[in-house]
Amino acid sequence: SFYIVGKKDNPLYEYTPSQKKEDLNLLQQNQFFVHAALDMVDEEIWKTNSMYLKTVDKFNDKVISAYVTASHIRFMLLHEGKSEESVKSFFLEVHELYIKIMTNPLCDLDAPIVSPAFDTKVRAAARKYFQ
Amino acid sequence: TTLQTRTKPNIVDRPVPRGKSEVGLSAFCFLFSSMVQYLQTGVNSISDLEGKLSEAGYGIGVRMLEIVIYRDRSCKREIRVVPMLSLVKETLWKSMFGKAADSLERASDKDSEYMIHDREPLVNTYISVPKDFGNLNCASFVAGIIHGVLDSADFPCHVSAHSNPMGSEARTTYLVKFTEEVMERERRMTG
Repeated sequence: SFYIVGKKDNPLYEYTPSQKKEDLNLLQQNQFFVHAALDMVDEEIWKTNSMYLKTVDKFNDKVISAYVTASHIRFMLLHEGKSEESVKSFFLEVHELYIKIMTNPLCDLDAPIVSPAFDTKVRAAARKYFQ
Repeated sequence: TTLQTRTKPNIVDRPVPRGKSEVGLSAFCFLFSSMVQYLQTGVNSISDLEGKLSEAGYGIGVRMLEIVIYRDRSCKREIRVVPMLSLVKETLWKSMFGKAADSLERASDKDSEYMIHDREPLVNTYISVPKDFGNLNCASFVAGIIHGVLDSADFPCHVSAHSNPMGSEARTTYLVKFTEEVMERERRMTG
C-alpha cells in the first residue's frame, strides 16, 4: 500500500493494489501501521539530507519504507520486502508526479489529490517497479 | 468531414519545465503593481497591506522550494539553518531574479535572527511609495516567498522586509527570525 501524507498527518493519496472484501480489516490495520510509523519518519528527517529514508519501521512480516520531499510531504510504502532499488525508483517517479500536481497555484496543498491522471500514473509506476 | 479536436496533454504527461524561460520585466512589474493596487482595497493599515503581500508570496515559496530542489537533481534536503538560508540566498534567488542575493548575515546580538540583503529588489523597480504610506515595502511579497520556503521545510520563522536605502540604491533587507523550536533543534544537532 502506498500513502502520501500531508503536513497535518492527513492522507493526501492512497493506493492499495488488490482490494478483496476480506481485506477491509487489513486495510484499516495498514493505515494504523503507517500512521504509527510517521513518528519514526519525523525522527529520521532530521538525521539525514536524503529524501529516500529506506526502511523506517517493521510490523510482523511487513516493512514500511519512507521518502520525504523538500517541503516535507511524506511518501509511505507498506510492503513485504521489495528491493530498495525498486522502492526508491518508485518514490522518485511519484515525486515528479507530485511536483507536477502541486505547482498548480490553485492546488490546495492540504487537500487530497483527486486527479485521475495522477492516479493512473501512480498505478502504472507501481506496476512498472513492483512486478 | 470530421472535426479534429486537439487534446491538450495532461500536466502529468508533460515534463517539468527546466526553468530557463524569462518574462519581460515590464510585464512582471505591471502585474505586480496591479496586485499591490488590488490588495490595497480592503486593508486599513500599512502592516495589513504588507501582510497581504506576504500571504500572496507564501504559496509561491512552498512551490519554488520543491521545483528548485528538483531541478538541482540532487534529491537532497537541507536540515540545518545556515545551508537552508544559503539555498534561499543563492539557488532560489538565481531562479527567481537571475542572480544571487547580495549577502547573508547573522544578527550580531541574536543567533536566531538572520538578514538577507538585496541592493536592488526587482519587485520594487517601478514602485514609488508616497509619503503618506510611510515605510511600506512592497518587497514584503518576496518576504512571503522566503517564509513559504522556510516554513514548508519545517523552519518556522517570521520574515519581514525592511528598506534601508543607501544613496541611490533602494536596498532592502529581509529579516528572518527563527522560532525557539528551530534554535533548540539546531543546538541539539550541533551538540
